[in-house]
Amino acid sequence: MWHSATVRLSLGFVALAIFCLGIADLSITAHEPWHELLRLLQGLVQPDISAVDDLGVALLRTLAFAFVGVGLGAAAGFLLALAFRSRLVRSACAFVRAIHELFWALIFLQFFGLHPLTGVLAIALPYAGVFAKVFAEILEETDPLPEHVLPAGSGRLSALAFTRLRDAWPHLVSYTSYRLECGLRSSAVLGFVGMPTIGFYLESAFAQGHYNTVGALLLLFYVLIATLRLWVRPLLVPVYLVVAPFCLGSGLPIVWSNVSRFFTEDIVPAPLRHGEGVSGLASWFGDLMAHEALPGIWHTLVLTQIALVLTGILALVLYPLVSRHFFQRRFDQNRTHRSGNAKPGNRLAHLLGHGLLVVMRSTPEYLLAFILLQLWGPSMLPAVVALAIHNGGIIAHLVGRRSNEVNLRPDAPQGLERYAYELTPRLYGPFLALLFYRWEIIMRETAILGILGITTLGFYVDSAIQEIRFDRAMVLILITALLNIGVDVFARHLRAKLRLRHTANCEP
Amino acid sequence: MLKRLTLALTVLLTAPVASAETFVFTAIPDEDETRLQQRFQNVADYLEEKLDVDVRFVPVKSYAAAVTAFRNNQVQLAWFGGLSGVQARARVEDSRALAQGVEDAEFMTYFIAHQSTGLEEGEGLSDEMRDMTFTFGSKGSTSGRLMPEYYLREAFGQPPEEVFSRVGFSGNHSRTISLVASGAYDLGAVNYTVWENEVEAGNIDTDQVEVVWKTPHYPDYQWTIRGDVDERFGAGFADRVREALLNMEDPELLESFPRSGFIPASNDDYAIIESVGKELGLID
Repeated sequence: MWHSATVRLSLGFVALAIFCLGIADLSITAHEPWHELLRLLQGLVQPDISAVDDLGVALLRTLAFAFVGVGLGAAAGFLLALAFRSRLVRSACAFVRAIHELFWALIFLQFFGLHPLTGVLAIALPYAGVFAKVFAEILEETDPLPEHVLPAGSGRLSALAFTRLRDAWPHLVSYTSYRLECGLRSSAVLGFVGMPTIGFYLESAFAQGHYNTVGALLLLFYVLIATLRLWVRPLLVPVYLVVAPFCLGSGLPIVWSNVSRFFTEDIVPAPLRHGEGVSGLASWFGDLMAHEALPGIWHTLVLTQIALVLTGILALVLYPLVSRHFFQRRFDQNRTHRSGNAKPGNRLAHLLGHGLLVVMRSTPEYLLAFILLQLWGPSMLPAVVALAIHNGGIIAHLVGRRSNEVNLRPDAPQGLERYAYELTPRLYGPFLALLFYRWEIIMRETAILGILGITTLGFYVDSAIQEIRFDRAMVLILITALLNIGVDVFARHLRAKLRLRHTANCEP
Repeated sequence: MLKRLTLALTVLLTAPVASAETFVFTAIPDEDETRLQQRFQNVADYLEEKLDVDVRFVPVKSYAAAVTAFRNNQVQLAWFGGLSGVQARARVEDSRALAQGVEDAEFMTYFIAHQSTGLEEGEGLSDEMRDMTFTFGSKGSTSGRLMPEYYLREAFGQPPEEVFSRVGFSGNHSRTISLVASGAYDLGAVNYTVWENEVEAGNIDTDQVEVVWKTPHYPDYQWTIRGDVDERFGAGFADRVREALLNMEDPELLESFPRSGFIPASNDDYAIIESVGKELGLID
């Protein structure tokens, strides 16, 4: 066992996380954290929908921003996917998706202001980068044979339409619908920086301790996501796409001179603006690195490492909840082999397991961290728990689904032995591939959680923006992007080294 | 598909231009938002009546967003704090402070403490506070950040991060009070009018949290207007806005701020805030 590179690597990661636990600040500082949690739960049980006047409008805006943002992102991403062989396109896509949508929103807010375009682009831009990459991978994986048998002189467009696209279409659609769910989460979270979506009201309600309103908003959000499949139908999607732009609200008019000012003045480093030359720039940059960037990077890395390992542990513990080998098995056999004699207990456990994972993964980590911060007080703990819950929920769901493809012998052991000796070893490779895939996502989120007051890179970006110093903010955002790209490259390297199969559709 | 998207984009870009001649104002989000929304909606109605133009209040989520909206000419008037006003006027030519609250000429920050700290009411900044936890309000706040940080540095000779075991930014004054009242932080710095208002309204359990120090006076909140409003809304518009603000006498309206009335203010009144901002490195 110790000779396995996978095992050694896993243990190395765990050891590193334990070391990080020693230096991270994980204390609960609130005096009555459980009292607050109880109030929140009471709010969820007794939601007060009437408390938010503009609830309907907030929901409509949340949907509209998600549809327009994801729609534009998917269209742009598809076009970019066709040109994905180009190194320039690949790098550009890696760059735009390395910057979180909230950072994009903060940037666009500076020159588009509270105009709908700010929110739409904040979603569309990073999503285009993700779509381009995943669409390119999906197209790559299609069978090349049909293309080879096309008659000479077939146009490139018709060749694409009749061969690879036809083949890849179901995958493209399923991935796009998954991203729509992500888009709804992003759209909701954009409310925290001033877009008129559900997050706007959620933040206000929380700040004032109106937990009944919070409960109502959260429940509505869950219902929206849980019923996604019911109301997003292939025939209805074009209708939604046409209507959505009209439902974004008007915001405030854009003043275009602000755009040029932003690029020619605001983001030019202060010493250059004040004519202090290269030496001034060097000391400005050195100061920024020493007091903000390096501490920010350090905390981001520490927090990411702990969250990554906790995510992994949580996913391994929870995946049996949605695996037919544990909870659903007898029910399935009953259905297929005998007359319907299903055990209601098992069915309930199955439903509860699924429900738990749906709630875990549909709560945006930003929102979750915000809630936990209110309850526990400021430290790294709320961030770690929020990241692990959200990402652990996603990976558990995927590993569980993967486990359903495994066929066990009829006399395979039951219970814990089945978990430890049969399934987990077989699923460990795919599990690790998924975890490494989410590494970069976890780091991106870690950085953004700084806006809530945890001293990761986002904290310093937020400070720079609050001080109206966009030159500093831009440098810090660039550093964050480079860090994300670095982790992504490293994770890909590890995946290749361990020969972990990575599939494009590895998100749910 | 592409056609549809182009159409969507065109609609998106052109639709909002219609509202160009509305006089828009904002305010820094220093308190509970529902209260702000009520307060400024009433102010919007009042100004609309006095000025004969459409007036709209736009809420923002941060102090910086208020400054940015003002600078970008998406709002023409704003109720700023001392620091945000200085930041905004430095970025918009000919913009000027019009009026301040009577209380703003002699503003104060209260340092508040949770009862578990054992600090006495009114005992001042002391070495007992070292290694306690401390929260400011918003990062861009005058009474919740700038001035308390200035007095902390003066008293301890060190930046706050070295004096306290943990330094946080609650986001606004209401939240500072609730964080200290719940004991999430031992100490906090808060706008004195917000504190007095909450105490009067019976929202604070004064057995849990009390004022341990009041800072000396400094100038704070003010109404600031852009220099180009006269071009856009007619000659003398800025002066009419000032008149309207100074003549605001409805006690209900004033109480919501809470201010006893508005008095004239000028950019020079805030020179002290600017120099403290520079000293602390919050302004270039």
